[in-house]
Amino acid sequence: MTTLAESKLLFKGADWDFDLIKRVHEACGEIGINEMGLDPYPNQIEVITTEQMLDAYASTGMPLFYRHWSFGKEFARNEALYRKGYQGLAYEIVINSNPCLVYIMEENSATMQTLVIAHAGYGHSHFFKNNYVFKQWTDADGILDYLEFARAYIAKCEDRYGQEEVERMLDAAHALQSHGVHRFPRKRMADLRSEQKREEERRLHGEQLFNDLWRTVPAGKRKPNKDEDERRKALLGLPEENLLYFLEKTAPRLAPWQREILRVVRLINQYFYPQRQTKVMNEGCATYVHHRIMNRLHEKGQIDDGSFLEFIHSHTGVVLQPGFDDRRYSGINPYALGFAMCCDIERICTKPTDEDREWMPDIAGNNDPYGTLRDIWANYRDESFVSQFLSPACIRDFGLFRVVDDEEQEEMNVAAIHDERGYRKIRRALSKHYDIAYRDPDIQIVDVDLAGDRKLILGHRVLDGIVLEEGDTQKVLQHVADLWGYDVKLVEADDSGVVRGEHTASPRRPFM
Amino acid sequence: MHIIDRRLNPGGKSFANRQRFLRRARAQVRKAVREASGTRSIKDAGKGGEISIPTGGVHEPHLHRSRHGGMRDYVLPGNKKYIEGDGIPRPEQGGGQGSQASDSGEGEDEFRFALTDEEYLDLYLEDLELPDLAKRQIAGAKAVQWRQAGFSTSGPPSRISVPRTLRYSMSRRIALKRPKAEEIAALREEIEKLEREGGQFDALQALRLDLEQRLARSKRIPYIDPVDVRYRRLESNPKPIAKAVMFCLMDVSGSMNEHMKDLAKRFYSLLYLFLNRRYEHVDVVFIRHTHEASEVDEQTFFYSRETGGTVVSTALFKMAEIVRDRYPVDQWNIYAAQASDGDNTSSDNAVVLGQLKDVILPICQYYAYVEVGMDDEDDHPGAGEPSTNLWRAYRRVPVDAPFAMRKVRHRRDIYPVFRELFARRPEGVSAEGA
Repeated sequence: MTTLAESKLLFKGADWDFDLIKRVHEACGEIGINEMGLDPYPNQIEVITTEQMLDAYASTGMPLFYRHWSFGKEFARNEALYRKGYQGLAYEIVINSNPCLVYIMEENSATMQTLVIAHAGYGHSHFFKNNYVFKQWTDADGILDYLEFARAYIAKCEDRYGQEEVERMLDAAHALQSHGVHRFPRKRMADLRSEQKREEERRLHGEQLFNDLWRTVPAGKRKPNKDEDERRKALLGLPEENLLYFLEKTAPRLAPWQREILRVVRLINQYFYPQRQTKVMNEGCATYVHHRIMNRLHEKGQIDDGSFLEFIHSHTGVVLQPGFDDRRYSGINPYALGFAMCCDIERICTKPTDEDREWMPDIAGNNDPYGTLRDIWANYRDESFVSQFLSPACIRDFGLFRVVDDEEQEEMNVAAIHDERGYRKIRRALSKHYDIAYRDPDIQIVDVDLAGDRKLILGHRVLDGIVLEEGDTQKVLQHVADLWGYDVKLVEADDSGVVRGEHTASPRRPFM
Repeated sequence: MHIIDRRLNPGGKSFANRQRFLRRARAQVRKAVREASGTRSIKDAGKGGEISIPTGGVHEPHLHRSRHGGMRDYVLPGNKKYIEGDGIPRPEQGGGQGSQASDSGEGEDEFRFALTDEEYLDLYLEDLELPDLAKRQIAGAKAVQWRQAGFSTSGPPSRISVPRTLRYSMSRRIALKRPKAEEIAALREEIEKLEREGGQFDALQALRLDLEQRLARSKRIPYIDPVDVRYRRLESNPKPIAKAVMFCLMDVSGSMNEHMKDLAKRFYSLLYLFLNRRYEHVDVVFIRHTHEASEVDEQTFFYSRETGGTVVSTALFKMAEIVRDRYPVDQWNIYAAQASDGDNTSSDNAVVLGQLKDVILPICQYYAYVEVGMDDEDDHPGAGEPSTNLWRAYRRVPVDAPFAMRKVRHRRDIYPVFRELFARRPEGVSAEGA
């Protein structure tokens, strides 16, 4: 019988301890960094229990968060699902911070811990550190400090202004959070640490700022001219698609602490923005990396056949893509698509077919799969990733087809399938599907009626004739009206100028 | 790489959020809890569990496109038979139309989640209170409990508060400028150094004088003076009686059928739950009676049959006897719940009333009489006042006694009747009125 030391095996059986985690981490690093050339953040691995995992679920995975009832609701929902066995818990949660926080569950077997460390500690961590969207948008060094600040700040507000008022404010801010991101980088990168430091100064300064809404002195007999419109819009920075930003800066009646809460919600939401844009790539990268690492560990004799089979079993579950007519179907599985595309790119690099040479001449047969993948992981997001690298082979494997559902028609229509004519159409359609800018309704603040009753006017650019959902829109608009303090109007018009709908709201309990 | 074991960190991070959520949805949760109670078995009456509330109240709105109308475009996996140009009939609404339909995540109209036992009971028994709890607490104020209450300048050595004492000592030392030990040590060192080096006699002399003065001063001003010492003071408080006994009285003669017993049992279990929440310790005594009464265990109480006449007063005498033997009135809070179909031997009514008024009610916190009936009995509005033997007798109980009676015909009535009996009353209108 051989002992562990003689046989090179990292572990035997399912039990693990901290030494083992360390050995596994090193062995994964050996493959991930030295063989695949990954460049992850340093890892901080934290072992947690089931309950702590449920806690983390409730606060969007972050280790600390401000308090709000909606997180309690989330917790209650997940707990009920978990208790009844409808939903298993994730094996791990990873936080885009420096050092990269990896939460692993104590129930995991040694094999699963290896998988998790490879997946999160090397896959996700590499992606977070290198992908351009994350680099541009998030501040991995400052996020935990900022969350700490946000939590303390909101707790302080609760003490001072009452839980109910703060809750109302957060409700309003949360309702608008899908429209509280800057989609285009500004001059300054988000630097959450100095953000937190300057909070006080900024507030003081903000209070002294001149707000054109309060102009009451008649400005002489200036005739309203065409420029007036332009001037007003420029002054207020219109049009503005970041509703939270606009309200924070311009809403006339908000108290400084209320503006600050809007800002907190906006900045935290901005931090999550890249994750929404890179779901497929991020999971694809992590899944591909753990798959490679686990295979290599097995080849090198560092894990035995038993745990390799355990890994295969779990991996297969993760990358399962049920068909559209399957009961389990709930959209395209980002793990499955991402992993399949990464594997496909590796194949194209090493064993290209004629078709691949025609479709992706740049990378076909370059024999550097890892370098190619690293480059892709760094420079694309889901939308561009799909539109560039979804190969016909992949479309065939998934049996992808495109369905067009036109209200005017009797039936839905199959517009493209996996054949010569369909590849490009499917690729384009799927890429659009991952384009956040296309999927979120395009709503902007268009104008403010400064001369009249200070009505705030928003516009929704209707695409493909799909208008906003009536009930929710009315509720959100009510929040906007309360924040703005005066009437609010939302006009839905399509590109040809046809108005498809109008919603209005008046403040009921304005924030002040 | 670091590994941190977080497992020992205190859990319940979401507790505050959960409470906020429950507070937010309180009205709906309460309604759901009360509705759920009708369908639960007795054993689970007090357990937490899954409830579902309408999503409306806890809905979080956001701006999103409508799920209907317009031109839509889906890419789906798993094509087996379709070719370009095929038509597919539109699925029924809500049939999971690709990922677009599911990503808003609001398909469900009900929000299901689990309440803990504690939360469940809180809502279940909300706004209920034990009648006349205050009176007995004061009346039974023989036992005392000690409670920490500030500090005093005298006391036994075992109760010295060291931090407090040292705090006073320090402020006194600072105020009186007691030389510090380090200063003296430094002075000594300097003197030694000068002595070793020799010469500088004057300086040495001055230092020695200084040292002497300081030593004298530190001797005069002690490190800890008796005036510094503080003791942790205790205060005695009357200890509320934390024990209650609950008497379950039931007629088990042939006229009581299973349905009636079930109603009674439900009422008893509610009462038990309720008492259990309020008292550290609750005893339950089961007394069944036909024409004679006996104390039995729970199983016998609910499930065995007796035959015989019906003489209610026997149960009351039995109860009085048990109280006398085992439950001294000054140590126990006494509650009684009686269930019967209302039959009684006519000649016994006067005895019952007398025993109740003179013996039982004066020692009871509360006496509830529940008259159980069949649910197929007429339920017309006038039927609120049954005219059974016992009911007529009990109507003669003085209104200011801690006594209440209700008629129950159906399971679903149990909880409302219970709430009615124990509902929190405005000041001065309490059942007891004493």
